[in-house]
Amino acid sequence: MKKKKHAPSSALSRPLRKWWWLFMGPVVAAFIIGFVWPFIQGIYLSFCQFRLISDAKFTGVSNYVKAFNDASFRHAFWYTALFAVVSLVLINVLAFAVAYALTQGIKGSNLFRTVFFMPNLIGGIVLGYIWSMIFDGILSRYGTSILLQTKYGFWGLIILMCWQQIGYMMIIYIAGLQSVPEDMLEAARIDGASKSQTLFRVTIPNVMPSITICTFLSLTNGFKLFDQNLALTAGQPFQIQAGGTAIKTTEMLALNIYNTFYGQTSGSQGVAQAKAVIFFVLVAGLGLAQLAYTRKKEVQQ
Amino acid sequence: MKNAHTLSAQRRNKTILSAVLAVICVVYVLPVLTVLINSFKLNTYVKTDTFALPRGEMWAGFSNFVKGMTFGSYPFWKSVCYSVVITVLSTGLILLCTSMAAWYIARVDSKVCHIVYYLCVFSMVVPFQMVMYTLSKTADTLKLNTPWTIPIVYLGFGAGLAIFMFVGFVKSIPLEIEEAASIDGCSPVRTYFSVVMPMLKPTMVSVGILEIMWIWNDYLLPYLVLDINEYRTIPIHIQYLKGSYGTVDLGATMALILLSIIPVIIFYLTCQKHIIKGVAAGAVKG
Repeated sequence: MKKKKHAPSSALSRPLRKWWWLFMGPVVAAFIIGFVWPFIQGIYLSFCQFRLISDAKFTGVSNYVKAFNDASFRHAFWYTALFAVVSLVLINVLAFAVAYALTQGIKGSNLFRTVFFMPNLIGGIVLGYIWSMIFDGILSRYGTSILLQTKYGFWGLIILMCWQQIGYMMIIYIAGLQSVPEDMLEAARIDGASKSQTLFRVTIPNVMPSITICTFLSLTNGFKLFDQNLALTAGQPFQIQAGGTAIKTTEMLALNIYNTFYGQTSGSQGVAQAKAVIFFVLVAGLGLAQLAYTRKKEVQQ
Repeated sequence: MKNAHTLSAQRRNKTILSAVLAVICVVYVLPVLTVLINSFKLNTYVKTDTFALPRGEMWAGFSNFVKGMTFGSYPFWKSVCYSVVITVLSTGLILLCTSMAAWYIARVDSKVCHIVYYLCVFSMVVPFQMVMYTLSKTADTLKLNTPWTIPIVYLGFGAGLAIFMFVGFVKSIPLEIEEAASIDGCSPVRTYFSVVMPMLKPTMVSVGILEIMWIWNDYLLPYLVLDINEYRTIPIHIQYLKGSYGTVDLGATMALILLSIIPVIIFYLTCQKHIIKGVAAGAVKG
């Protein structure tokens, strides 16, 4: 069996190799244009000062120093981290609760599942505007707006993300819950375990893989959030710092990078690219941690 | 006796649970209903009476929809067309090219294949912000900034997940059938189209659903790559309406949002089973 894997029968692979340009060519060419080249160029440019790519001047790590000293970037980091953790906890607890309820064999499960998943198909920009209308409809009665207070912007985005993501995570949890062996639950029942004992001692340990996937998914989703952030508050309200610079208090990392690239101050593209590299290391780190963690779990099983 | 008692208690609990979930369901649908009622409301009342039904003087009839059609001096139907063109072409291109490449990667054991495969896996953890500036400049230089050429950018940036899922599936199907075809003198191209592709159908549906959901709703990539005076997708158009004017006609915006949600909901209700399966498959692997 193992041998076969290493030498996939020459009857197939030898003629196939002649066609490499047809099978691999388009993807490799597009992959270089759409990913490999921009990625390498991005790394290089993060060490340069430039307005146009053609006149980039190598300046060493000064972009990174500027990025770390940028108060708005540091604020965006902590704001994003807080958002990611709060939304992670809320989304997963609620999604698990809904999934658990829907696997109890109650009436209307399919209808409920359909409704809960629906917001996932609506794009982030549209979602942002739907909710900004709703929040302003509520807050205008109290003479305020979602754009006026940081805490409104924060919790508004949390509510929006819960509404959108609970259905998605619920689907993964339902798949996990349905794979819990029936005889294990039966055995627990016969042994006289209470409902909550069965839940915490039998069900949850068995859906651990789903929990890991959902945890990391919602964490990276939280970190990478852009469209919803842009459409709901676009970073408002502003706060004037001691130095006279303004920071956008509800601006998350992705939006901060975008604004540094395409915002008012010209000549900051180098700093923006350095921020993007830092952002990449952060998000990729989370992704690799997930991979390592799930690998370890799989080995244990 | 005791058993009958607990059974009836269980039934009662289930009914209560059903009722609670039904209430949550209604709350869940409310945002979409709010869009619906506000799309028939005159602009001035959207902000002050967001949750009121559009009755009496608030009723705007279909004027919001009529206004929305040419709102922002850009015809709405054009952005719908561009969204459809981009989504269909990109998804088709991704499905065809990545499934072919995935078969090659899974069946030919060479260094290049390994490198491409691991680069694809790697690209899945790279956020778009990392490459957005350089990618949009590269796309500009290569004249990939039209709805007919942007699928190449999507193929490049979105290849990772598709290749990952296809390779995983191809490795699970037995070699013997393809070998038999090959020994019988079937060329690789024919083997792919008449033997491999039919077997890949379920994965194609899953990958296709994920790509459609991504590309249809994507805002930043087309915004940076396309020339937006000429070509706007639906998300770009809606963002443009809100972003560029101080005072927005909220009624008309809601009418456009409603028009852009309706096809998505119809699509969802008709292929719900595939969508949910596709999402579950993509999540478990990604």
